Amino acid sequence: MEIIENQKKYDVVIVGSGAGGGMATKVLADAGLKIAVVEAGPFFDPANPKQQTQLKWPYESPRRGASNHRPFGDFDTAYGGWEIEGEPYSHVGGTKFDWFRSRMLGGRTNHWGRISLRFGPRDFKGKDRDGLGENWPIGYNDLKPYYDKVDQLIGVFGSKENIPNEPDGFFLPPPKPRLHELYFIKGAQKSNIPVIPARLSILTKRINNDRGICFYCSQCNRSCSVYADFSAGSCLIFPAQKSGGQVDLYVDSMVKEVTVDENGKATGVNYVSKEDKREYSIQAKVVVLAASACSTARILLNSKSTQHPNGLGNSSDLVGKYLHDSTGSDRMAFLPDLMNRKRYNEDGVGGMHVYTPWWMDNKNLDFPRGYHLEVWGGMGMPSYGFGFDANLFNKFFGEKVGGYGDHLRADVKKYYGSLVGISGRGESIAMKDNYCEIDPDTSDEYGIPVLRFHYKWSDFEKKQAVHMHDTFEELFENMGGIVLGERPGADKDFGLHTPGRIIHEVGTTRMGSDPKNSVVNEFERLHDVDNVFIVDAGPFVSQADKNPTWTIMALAWRTSDFIIEELKKQNI
Amino acid sequence: MERRESIKAMMLGSLGTSFLLNGCLDISAEQLQEKIWKYQYGRTPAEMAHDQNLLGQQFFDKHQLKTITRLAQLILPPHEKGSIEEAEVPEFIEFIVKDIPSLQDPLRSGLNWLKQESINQFQNSFVDCSNEQQKSILDDIAYEKEELNEQPEGIVFFALIRDLVLTGYFTSAVGLKDLGYMGNSPNVWDGIPEEVLKEHNMTYDPKWLAKCVDQTTRNEIAKWDEEGNLLN
Repeated sequence: MEIIENQKKYDVVIVGSGAGGGMATKVLADAGLKIAVVEAGPFFDPANPKQQTQLKWPYESPRRGASNHRPFGDFDTAYGGWEIEGEPYSHVGGTKFDWFRSRMLGGRTNHWGRISLRFGPRDFKGKDRDGLGENWPIGYNDLKPYYDKVDQLIGVFGSKENIPNEPDGFFLPPPKPRLHELYFIKGAQKSNIPVIPARLSILTKRINNDRGICFYCSQCNRSCSVYADFSAGSCLIFPAQKSGGQVDLYVDSMVKEVTVDENGKATGVNYVSKEDKREYSIQAKVVVLAASACSTARILLNSKSTQHPNGLGNSSDLVGKYLHDSTGSDRMAFLPDLMNRKRYNEDGVGGMHVYTPWWMDNKNLDFPRGYHLEVWGGMGMPSYGFGFDANLFNKFFGEKVGGYGDHLRADVKKYYGSLVGISGRGESIAMKDNYCEIDPDTSDEYGIPVLRFHYKWSDFEKKQAVHMHDTFEELFENMGGIVLGERPGADKDFGLHTPGRIIHEVGTTRMGSDPKNSVVNEFERLHDVDNVFIVDAGPFVSQADKNPTWTIMALAWRTSDFIIEELKKQNI
Repeated sequence: MERRESIKAMMLGSLGTSFLLNGCLDISAEQLQEKIWKYQYGRTPAEMAHDQNLLGQQFFDKHQLKTITRLAQLILPPHEKGSIEEAEVPEFIEFIVKDIPSLQDPLRSGLNWLKQESINQFQNSFVDCSNEQQKSILDDIAYEKEELNEQPEGIVFFALIRDLVLTGYFTSAVGLKDLGYMGNSPNVWDGIPEEVLKEHNMTYDPKWLAKCVDQTTRNEIAKWDEEGNLLN
């Protein structure tokens, strides 16, 4: 097949435009480098009325916001999901991994929960405590200056709490708690479980004149049209272009492989254009992969050459291994105290205003590592599904469930806002046997071989999930709530979501100082090829119980600084 | 050109033509265009094509739609705050069965069951039964029979149609207002109203409040000292 060569030569080609790719674009373009960003999905700008879903009403959708093409509903801003037509993936044996992809400029940052937590000192050295997994080759102090810079560039609200493993940062002030969150705080106090203001990358206060301030519509998952939340397009790539950066965007372009010269050094990437299905090449001095942990592993494994017969950067045979997602489990309760609520606008920011960081010592527990608690509820905007089993809670008062007529209307109003949920999100142990690899039998519609997954939860995660449900039940009881649903048993992995469902895929190109035991070094540079870097969550050695985005960006900034230095020294 | 007009021109130009070719128009092009104008929000071309395709098809026949409308009126009787017609509940149900095909069999066979039941009991189709007759049929299927392991078809059908009617109503303009939902509008959230705190015997902890945003200074560009303490 003929490959159409791009005549332009770039300093850096960046594959992917999410958190990592966006940050690399910003830092490298600000340094005056010529950048090509290659994104598998279309251009997206939340301020574009034709793409906007923010502030739309459910009746503006013929399906009233139900899910069809988008797994989180019609208004959610992720073009893609766990299933994408024409882009399959498979599994080994009966194992399960659900792989979420968002094909658009900014990737998954357009719809994520904006929970922006720093890893703490302990999170980089888990093996020192329990002998499991591997330590990171770097520690908190290596990343702290970059976390500080990310906070100030992007904006995150939170509060100084002086909790050892939950480092404070440069915070904007948090919003006041909502009513159900006060119930949560009160319930947690009874059990001596700490609750602190949430830490979300949403602007409760102005940070510059290019971005707006939150107007409390609670819809960050729709991507903010005034750029008051963090999305990689609106907060990194557009500013990089605006400040005069030489950034060319190649959208609807699926990268197939990294190309190499006779010495095995990278020369650029080949991609398939979704428009004409033809293959193109882009040449650059440096290749930065930020396609997501699994997509990057796929590109590396598909980049086979005589110089790199096992795939690029894969002399250790570890590309794709140690894949891990956060653990997750949830429970809901009915709070009779929250019946017949007085109405007011309590949308607030897009997500929780308060949360519980991990608070226990594993010495007294039968599982390693921790989890944090997220709380949800309130008088949110109804969409498809609202009103199903409208008066189910009647059963708690010995009243009949069901019926028809005016009492149904009254029942819906009575119970509106009385449902509260808690989610646990925790750290799993990275295992070599949880991996993705190339499926030898299947290609996507662009002719690119696809991934095959092998993933199983271990007893560590299952025991953690059991503990989560102990906590949920205790807290709900303290809050005066009636816990809904059966406690999930062994047949349901004790309530653990299927791996991949929390959408924190990390670990596939892990970082380390020993090339036999890791794929990239501490600057996220391939051990095998010195002009290829990975700035998504692939290099994570372990995931902590934190959301990965803030750490992806701190690492990407640090790596970008390193690339700039190496280019200056003409080392690459 | 008005925005609406320009959108119309754009749609006719880009998607309209290809759609007309696929031959599944059950309604006139003008009617279809009118339907589509209502749904202006961020859609990808694939999503728009999917919706256009569904909006151009008709799943329920006139009699079935009349039955659904009558059922919806009984489930949520007309009210000063809003009716199921104002909430466009029948239109919503017509769309959602095409969008979620797994709803099709249960609804179609449920409607057949209802028709047969009405004929058996009152020698009339459901819509032609009197108000009292209709209610007497519903009274038999409006509550689950706890003693049964498996609920009869009528009960399962009614639970489903009730869910769809309620969700259709409370996601409509009139239904949201009826519910009292007050959000989805730009505002500056500054905590729970005082009278609500009182009603729930709650107070904000002063130490916690001291950490929270002072909305009067939200427009000032944030400044920190070297330790990350916010200065303004």
